[in-house]
Amino acid sequence: MKTNDVILQTATKVVFFIIILFSIHIFFAGHYTPGGGFVGGLLTASGIVLLLLAFDLKTVTTTLPINYTVMTSIGLLIALATAAGSIFFNVPLLTHAFDYFDLPLLGKQSLHTAVFFDTGVYLVVVGVTMTIIQSIGDDD
Amino acid sequence: MINLLLFPILLPFFFGIILMLFPKNLSVQRGGAIIGLLTTLIASVVLLVKVKADGIQAITLGSWPAPFGISMVSDMLSILLVFSSTLIALFVVWYSFSSIGKARESYFYYPGILFMITGVNGAFTTGDIFNMFVFFEVLLISSYLLIVLGGEKVQLRESIKYILVNIISSALFVVTVGYLYSVVGTLNMADIAVKIALINQPGIITVIAVLFLLVFGLKGAIFPLYFWLPSSYAAPPIPVLALFGALLTKVGVYAIMRTYTLFFTLDQSFTHELLMILSVLTIIAGCIGALAYFDVKKIIIYNIIIAVGVILFGTSQMNEAALMGSVFYLIHDILIKGALFLLIGIIIAITGTSNLRKMGGLIKTYPMLGWTFLIAAFGLAGIPPLSGFVGKLLIVQGGFQAENLWGSIFILASSLVVLLSVMRIFIYAFWGEPVEITPLTKRHYRGLFAPALILVVISVLYGVGSEWIVPYMNDAANVMLDPSQYIQAVLGGS
Repeated sequence: MKTNDVILQTATKVVFFIIILFSIHIFFAGHYTPGGGFVGGLLTASGIVLLLLAFDLKTVTTTLPINYTVMTSIGLLIALATAAGSIFFNVPLLTHAFDYFDLPLLGKQSLHTAVFFDTGVYLVVVGVTMTIIQSIGDDD
Repeated sequence: MINLLLFPILLPFFFGIILMLFPKNLSVQRGGAIIGLLTTLIASVVLLVKVKADGIQAITLGSWPAPFGISMVSDMLSILLVFSSTLIALFVVWYSFSSIGKARESYFYYPGILFMITGVNGAFTTGDIFNMFVFFEVLLISSYLLIVLGGEKVQLRESIKYILVNIISSALFVVTVGYLYSVVGTLNMADIAVKIALINQPGIITVIAVLFLLVFGLKGAIFPLYFWLPSSYAAPPIPVLALFGALLTKVGVYAIMRTYTLFFTLDQSFTHELLMILSVLTIIAGCIGALAYFDVKKIIIYNIIIAVGVILFGTSQMNEAALMGSVFYLIHDILIKGALFLLIGIIIAITGTSNLRKMGGLIKTYPMLGWTFLIAAFGLAGIPPLSGFVGKLLIVQGGFQAENLWGSIFILASSLVVLLSVMRIFIYAFWGEPVEITPLTKRHYRGLFAPALILVVISVLYGVGSEWIVPYMNDAANVMLDPSQYIQAVLGGS
C-alpha cells in the first residue's frame, strides 16, 4: 500500500532547519549556559533522523552525501590537535587559551580554544550516531 | 619536553584515527599500524631512559594544580608495562599480516588494535582513578570490536558473554569509585593515598578495598571471577587471542597492584590476606584447567590464570623481594604468553585443528618450530637460565620471608603443573606418529614464524640478561614499597 505522507514531508522541510539552528545555538551556548558539543551533536543527528523518517535512506544520502566514518575521524583529529597544540608551547597537554576580541557585528566576544575541542566532540557525536542509525537501517 | 610521558598514549591514538580514514587500503593499513607502533615503542624507550635517570615523571593536564586536574604519572612499573605492551602489539601486528585475512583487515582491525594500545598505555600511565576507568573503557570497547570482528557463530556467542561480564564489572567500578569519592572527596590517586592515611583507614575503606579487588579481579580473572575467560578467549582468531592473553588481564593485575600498594596499606591484615588466599586459589583453579584440556588454546589460556595468581601472590606479600619478583614475573609473562600464543597459532595453522589428539610428528617436518616451542615452554615453567626463573624465585623468597610457607609451596608445585601442561603439547604435537598435514607455503610460514621466534629470543635474553634488568625492577618495587615517592612526585612539596 502506498501511503501519502505529504504533510509529514512538508512539515519536515520546515522543522529540519529549526532543529539545526537550535542545535547550533546549543553548541555555541555551551560555555556559559547548559549545552555544548554533545547535546548539540545529538540534536543535529536527530534532525537528520527526522529527514530519514520522512524520506527514505537513498534520498537522504544523495542530498547529504556525507561519509560519517570520515566525519568521526575528522572530529577526533580536531579534538586531538586542540589537545596536542599545547605540546608546541611546552605546557601540559590540554592547556587551553582564550582572549577577548572585537568582532564585526557581534562586538566584544571571548574566543576560547575549547570551542575547537567541542567542535571535535560535535563531529564525533554526529558521525557515530548517524553511522549507527544508517548501518542498522541499511541492514536487510 | 614535559609532555613526553603522554606520547605512548597519543601516538597510537593519532595513527588509529588516520587509519580510520582509509579502511579499504590494505598497504596503508599495514604500514600505518607498524609505523604507529614503532614510533610508540621509540617514545616509550626514550621515556624509560628518562624515568631511570630522573625518577618519576608526573604531569597534570591543562596546567591545573595537582589534585584538581587529571594527573598522569609514569613511574618505573608503568613505563615497563607500557614498553612491553607496545612491543607485544608490534609483534602481533606483524604476525597478523599473514594470518588475519583481508576480510578482517579492511574492517578496522588495525585501528582497533591501535585504540586498544591507547587504552592499555593510558590505564598504565594515569594517576587519576576515574581516568583509569575511562581508559579501561577505551581498551574494553576496542576489545569488543576485536573479539567479534569476523562474525563467526562462536565469536558472536562468546562476545555476548564477554561484553555482559565487562559491562557489569565496569558498572561496579563506577559504584566503587563513587563510594571512595564520598569517603575521601578526591579522585587523584596520590591525593587519595594522602587522605586515606589522614583518616587512618576506617572499616569502610577496607570494604572499598574488597570492592576494588572484585572489580579488578573480574577484569584480571582471579579465582571465583575467572569463569568468563577461558571460553571467551578461545573464540577470536589467534593474533587477537595473543593480544588479549598477553595484555588485558595484566591491566587488571596492574590496577590491583597499584591500588593495594598505594591506597590500602595501613590495615593489611584483612585485605592482603584475602588477596593472598584468592591468588593461591587462582593458581589451583588454573592448574586444574591446564591439565584438564586436550585443546592447545585452552591449555595456554588456563596458564594465563595461573600466572595471574602467581603475580598477585607476590603483590600480597608486601616485601621487597616479592614485589620485585612480581614485576619481574609480570613482564616475563607478557612476553612469553605473547610468544606461546603465536607459536600455537602456527601449530593450529599447520595441522588445521586445536585438538592435541589429532596432532603428531611435527618435529620431522618443522624442527625449528618444535625446538622454539620447547624453549618457550621451559621459559614459561621457569627453568633457570630462562625468563620465568628469576621472578618466581624472588616471589617464593618473599613468600618465605613473610612466613607464608604454604602459599610458596603451592607456587613451586604449580611450576611443575605448568611444565607438565606445556610439555604435553610438545609431546603430543611434535613427537609420535606423523599425521596428515597441509604444509604451509614457505612465505606464509616465514611470515608467521619470524615474529614468534624473535619474541622467544627476546624472552630468552630477558632471562639471561636479568642482571642488567634488576636495577629497573628495583626502582619499580621501591615505588610500590614506599608510596611517598609517588605522592611526592604528583603533589609536589605539599
